[in-house]
Amino acid sequence: MDKTLLSMRGLNAHYNDFQALYGVDMTVAEGEVLAIIGANGAGKTTLMRSITGLLKNAAGQISYRGKDISRFRADEVASLGIAMVPEGRQLFPSLSVEENLMIGGQVGRKGPWNLTAVQKLFPILKERRNVPATALSGGQQQMVAVGRALMANPDLILFDEISLGLAPIIIKDIYDALPGIIGEGMSAMIVEQDISKALSVSSRVYCLQEGRVSLEGQSDKIARAEISRAYFGIE
Amino acid sequence: MEWLNAIVQGTLLGGLYALFAAGLSLIFGVMRLVNIAHGDLIILAAYLGLSVTAVLGIHPLMALLLVVPAMGLIGYALQRGILNQTLGDDLLPPLLVTFGLSVILQNGLLEIYTADPQKMDAGVLETASFDVVGLTVGVLPVLTFAMAVAVIWGLQWTFYRTSLGRAFRAVSDNQDIAQLMGLNRRHIFGLAMALALAVTAIAGILLGIRTSFDPSVGGGRLIFGFEAVIIGGLGNLWGTLAGGVILGVAQTIGAKIDPGWQVLSGHIVFLLILAVRPRGLFPRISG
Repeated sequence: MDKTLLSMRGLNAHYNDFQALYGVDMTVAEGEVLAIIGANGAGKTTLMRSITGLLKNAAGQISYRGKDISRFRADEVASLGIAMVPEGRQLFPSLSVEENLMIGGQVGRKGPWNLTAVQKLFPILKERRNVPATALSGGQQQMVAVGRALMANPDLILFDEISLGLAPIIIKDIYDALPGIIGEGMSAMIVEQDISKALSVSSRVYCLQEGRVSLEGQSDKIARAEISRAYFGIE
Repeated sequence: MEWLNAIVQGTLLGGLYALFAAGLSLIFGVMRLVNIAHGDLIILAAYLGLSVTAVLGIHPLMALLLVVPAMGLIGYALQRGILNQTLGDDLLPPLLVTFGLSVILQNGLLEIYTADPQKMDAGVLETASFDVVGLTVGVLPVLTFAMAVAVIWGLQWTFYRTSLGRAFRAVSDNQDIAQLMGLNRRHIFGLAMALALAVTAIAGILLGIRTSFDPSVGGGRLIFGFEAVIIGGLGNLWGTLAGGVILGVAQTIGAKIDPGWQVLSGHIVFLLILAVRPRGLFPRISG
């Protein structure tokens, strides 16, 4: 049995009066790559925001390495080793490419990733290190966002819609690089609208539908028909 | 020559205004907080300086060694204890709370120090001067201007060359994402306010050496500070120095034309610049 890294039990999430997640149960094992799929508004990004502490949760819903982190602030969650590549990249426009990477390393966790390692993975980021991060192309900005998350040497990395708004050729590049990025021991949760991409890089998949888990299974065993039913909710 | 003299004196006066403004510029830049109590905090620093010099019998400039860290601590405590709670999508709560703080500070100082005008005694420094190309220049104004340049340079260096400055800029850009990087924005805001009030301490003591002050004069300093920030352009510290100088020169030239026009001409120049360049002369951030 794999060791559980992160588990959610009956996770409910709200934006004021609107409830976005209803009793979500989910586990991530150490070293596992999980895909989260679902239509727009299914609650995928809300799930990411709850895990990272950007959204306030009730106690006892999320535990990480056996510790209840439901009420932790986002910076406290980050220092435990959970990093996120947010939807839409969200780089800091006032910071240069290199500074965006450096700030990812500010949590001060030890590990294989540092500025040199990230610049070796994405050489263009070394070449353009002094330009403002938002002056880069979309694909290069996504590299900065991935590098920034890696700089924290996380144990669990969350990718929120990393292919959104990028050209197919760049999406392919990023997905080809993913196994090398995730590497040994690091766990990952990949939120993706492109189902086949998500299944190809993950070992297990959860499908969300209107805030509930509608399907869970092994990425290579799950049937297409099951997915479309879970995805769209059509019987 | 008299006009040149007015310009030189105005430029040096602008150094003091830049010191008033630097703290305002910094906290607005980092957390979009408009601090109505800024002028009163300058006066608080002046009174702290007065007390320190009176109790310890030291020179006002030596008092900086105590007042600067004291104001820094007050700034951190103020931000974490009160102002952080007011920050959010709505701009009104911080305005109201700092306005209230301004009233409390004025009345608190009035209770403790009375309404009598006070002045710090800096000995010969107050009147010392030297001649340059036919102009007589005071040592204190030159020192003030030099300190303003040093403070602006130091803030600029902190902002663009240190990890703290990187954190300031990141939090200013996007608070949520900065939190994801392990930065606790409440702590970062506290540090920004501490830095701003440390600068305020320098401004307050130099003000207290230069002129007499009483608990009611903070509002006027706030206006000069605001004007310097707006003239220079939001978020640009060197612009703030330029704004202070423009305001100072406008005032001394106005005073040269008619002594009654000193403050008025500063305001008029401010309004003219605002009319022509609503975002100031050298804006760096929008909104």
